[in-house]
Amino acid sequence: MATQQTASAGRALVSPSVILLFIWMIVPLVMTLYFSTLRYSLLDPDNVGFVGLQNYTSFLTDPDFIAALINTLVLVVSVLIISVCGGILVALLMDQPVFGQNVLRLMVIAPFFVMPTVSALVWKNLLMNPDSGFFAWIAKSLGFQPIVWFTNWPMLSVIIVVSWEWLPFASLILLTALQSLDEEQKEAASLDGAGPFSYFGYIVLPHIARAITVVILIETIFLLSVFAEIYVTTSGGPGVATTNIPFLVYKQALLNFDVGSASAGGIIAVILANIVAFFLMRIIGRNLEG
Amino acid sequence: MAMKKSTGERIGITVLAWLVAFIIFFPILWTILTSFKSELDAISMPPKFLFFNWTLENYTEVQHRSNYLHYAWNSILLSIGANIVGLIFAIPAAWSMAFAPGKRTKDLLMWMLSTKMMPAVGVLVPLYLLFKNLGLLDSLFGIGLVLMLINLPLLIWMLYTYFKEIPNDILEAARMDGASLINEIVYVLTPMAVPGIASTMLLAIILSWNEAFWTLNLATSNAAPLTAFIASYSAPEGYFWAKLSAASTLAIAPILILGWFSQKQLVRGLTFGAVK
Repeated sequence: MATQQTASAGRALVSPSVILLFIWMIVPLVMTLYFSTLRYSLLDPDNVGFVGLQNYTSFLTDPDFIAALINTLVLVVSVLIISVCGGILVALLMDQPVFGQNVLRLMVIAPFFVMPTVSALVWKNLLMNPDSGFFAWIAKSLGFQPIVWFTNWPMLSVIIVVSWEWLPFASLILLTALQSLDEEQKEAASLDGAGPFSYFGYIVLPHIARAITVVILIETIFLLSVFAEIYVTTSGGPGVATTNIPFLVYKQALLNFDVGSASAGGIIAVILANIVAFFLMRIIGRNLEG
Repeated sequence: MAMKKSTGERIGITVLAWLVAFIIFFPILWTILTSFKSELDAISMPPKFLFFNWTLENYTEVQHRSNYLHYAWNSILLSIGANIVGLIFAIPAAWSMAFAPGKRTKDLLMWMLSTKMMPAVGVLVPLYLLFKNLGLLDSLFGIGLVLMLINLPLLIWMLYTYFKEIPNDILEAARMDGASLINEIVYVLTPMAVPGIASTMLLAIILSWNEAFWTLNLATSNAAPLTAFIASYSAPEGYFWAKLSAASTLAIAPILILGWFSQKQLVRGLTFGAVK
């Protein structure tokens, strides 16, 4: 048990990290909050003034913001559906005793380790380019017109790239959960004559339900801040077709130099992420008790 | 599934599993293959799979024309340096939470995690301005500092879960023998926790290596790591697919190998212990 002495030592040793994280989290956030109430453009730095909530109202009524909000939701929800449903299937497949299982697992998890800028550019050029890309070759071989991915289907293209990055994550987590299903339960189910679908519905799905929830929450947090993939492929375009909230904030801040408006957007992004984080923290916290 | 399967079914499942894995892995494989082609072969239609003039030209070109090693070196310095500094803060903090927990330890852990969930854009503006005024833009120190701070909660959290598995008795015995706290941490705890510390480092290095929000926004050339270097290929000035592929292969190869070694820790680290 912690004695008086170790308890005070404990406080002393944990405090540097706490102070660092506190500064890292609170100071910039307070500054963002403060900036968000100012008229503040880097192009006109002498003309700074308090404007109250005006940045929020102009941000929230800006058609670009509504578009970015919808784009963000479309991106998050689509990638979630693809990666979780796909992840369940891939995990079930990888859980089978097949030849070369370990190699298969390495191949499936690999995309997760590829840096976002590489994934995005490889997909955009080598695979999805309408003239010389690999998909264009497949389309031509099958007698179709190649799809001009990033021009005609910009959001879909971004969704495909991001899904490819996150499918392995979902697969790996769900596979880990699947492997903790004990043999006895599997045997009992097979003795009871459960078919594959009722086996999946009554045994497997409830067992991995929590892992699925965790995957959804963690992916949502990361997907709400997708940036590099959009930055190197479409730059948010054409128009605002692939501008999500992080990209819009970046554009306002570093391209339009509008500090006030970008800060208001940043605060909105924080609020969105917090809604998700609230549920995730509850699950993790419950686990910490056990 | 648990049912006994016929040989036919088994072969079917094996083929399907290999096919799915191959499709998922294909973009990486294709990048590696393209990196050995000439620029002309890289955009040839129909594509050339294995029968082309294999060349190492792109790898030397990437270095000659755009000083690849400068960016690679930055990536190495940033991802390893930032996390070593992170460990210096994280090990004592994790020790304190695992072996001298107070009433608030759990809340503190949860609070640290919650900082991980704050979206980067929320603090982009003030951080950019602070960095600009302090002259930290495009400096290894500034970017390293940010990378260290975004990984710190994860380091503490993972080390905490590993330290929890070490019996307190051993540390107490050392304390009885009159070891000071620093000696206890440096000579008793750390050597015992080497596997845990190593896997924590591995995951943190992977995450820093691939971090592409702050590195793209705060670095331009001096301190730019590989993420930013690769992004420079997005400029539409003609096709440089073979060179892009060579640069990409070099950028992902080391991390792919590290990543393959750290699969298990990945689950533990990225789900914060919620899935075991």
